[in-house]
Amino acid sequence: MIGVGKAKQYANVLDKPLSRGRQEVSLSAFAFLFSELVQYNQTQVDNIAELERRLEDAGYAVGARVLELLCHREKGNRRETRLLGILSFIHSTVWKVLFGKVADSLEKGTEHEDEYMISEKELLVNRFISVPKDMGAFNCGAFVAGIVKGVLDNAGFPAVVTAHFVPIEGQQRPRTTILIKFAEEVLHREARLG
Amino acid sequence: MALAAIYSLFIINKSGGLIYYKDYVSAGRMDTNDSLRLASLWHSMHAISQQLSPTPGCTGIDLLQAHNFDLHCFQSLTGTKFFVVCETGAPNMEMLLKVIYELYTDFVLKNPFYEMEMPIRCELFDLNLAQLIQKDRVALLGR
Repeated sequence: MIGVGKAKQYANVLDKPLSRGRQEVSLSAFAFLFSELVQYNQTQVDNIAELERRLEDAGYAVGARVLELLCHREKGNRRETRLLGILSFIHSTVWKVLFGKVADSLEKGTEHEDEYMISEKELLVNRFISVPKDMGAFNCGAFVAGIVKGVLDNAGFPAVVTAHFVPIEGQQRPRTTILIKFAEEVLHREARLG
Repeated sequence: MALAAIYSLFIINKSGGLIYYKDYVSAGRMDTNDSLRLASLWHSMHAISQQLSPTPGCTGIDLLQAHNFDLHCFQSLTGTKFFVVCETGAPNMEMLLKVIYELYTDFVLKNPFYEMEMPIRCELFDLNLAQLIQKDRVALLGR
């Protein structure tokens, strides 16, 4: 095998630097794995809300780990403590590591103070997925919403995170919006910090 | 890549059931029963052609030429058959079938809501297929 032997050998796995390594995985492999995840969970539930919740739970575990890893790798063991800081951390750093690009947009909700939205024209997990009509507004982006929730919760910003399809004018495919609704205490703390 | 007019597209599963049918011209349009019957007939003919071969290793009919149309068939390794009915002498049909197969693997097989061997009802597959055929038409006009 080419390249083998080039890598430095470490006696102890803990001595190995926590490097980026190879950043990419096969999209097909991921798509099949994710498809299987959805199919498995479908057999375990009897309604769509439950399916959404299970996908979210799966994502939550990813989010919790990603936060830990990225704080260590990218931010020198510091984590964001301010609302906008953590949101832009998710929008750029987390998104870039998970999906290879920055999210398309990060906006503040116009109607409610505690709502923020991360929008993506084509969410990676939805790339190959067509949701049948009889499943209504179900969005597999629930998994990504779970990741966002995992990051936020573990960083001390409890929030309710949901994924929605939002139609765009002149486009056949709707975009996916991840809606983040922060808990009251988070906003109170922000207000106190000024 | 210049492609010519396609009349219709069929996809049949490994047991001969029609799982996708689309026609692109109004002439010779078929109802559901006819298309189903035709698909399973083609499946059998394809199988018989393999038996007819004097040498071993025949994979069945690839191209059927008639007076006023061509039928190109592509069989995937898992036995799913894709075939297009097109104008006589239309070039690059093997290419097109492979691209359609690619779309099938992407937007049908990677879709968690698709049940194997069942009729294909995937919005993204329809969308991308329509785009592909459209591109093909534009290429034809530009010739």
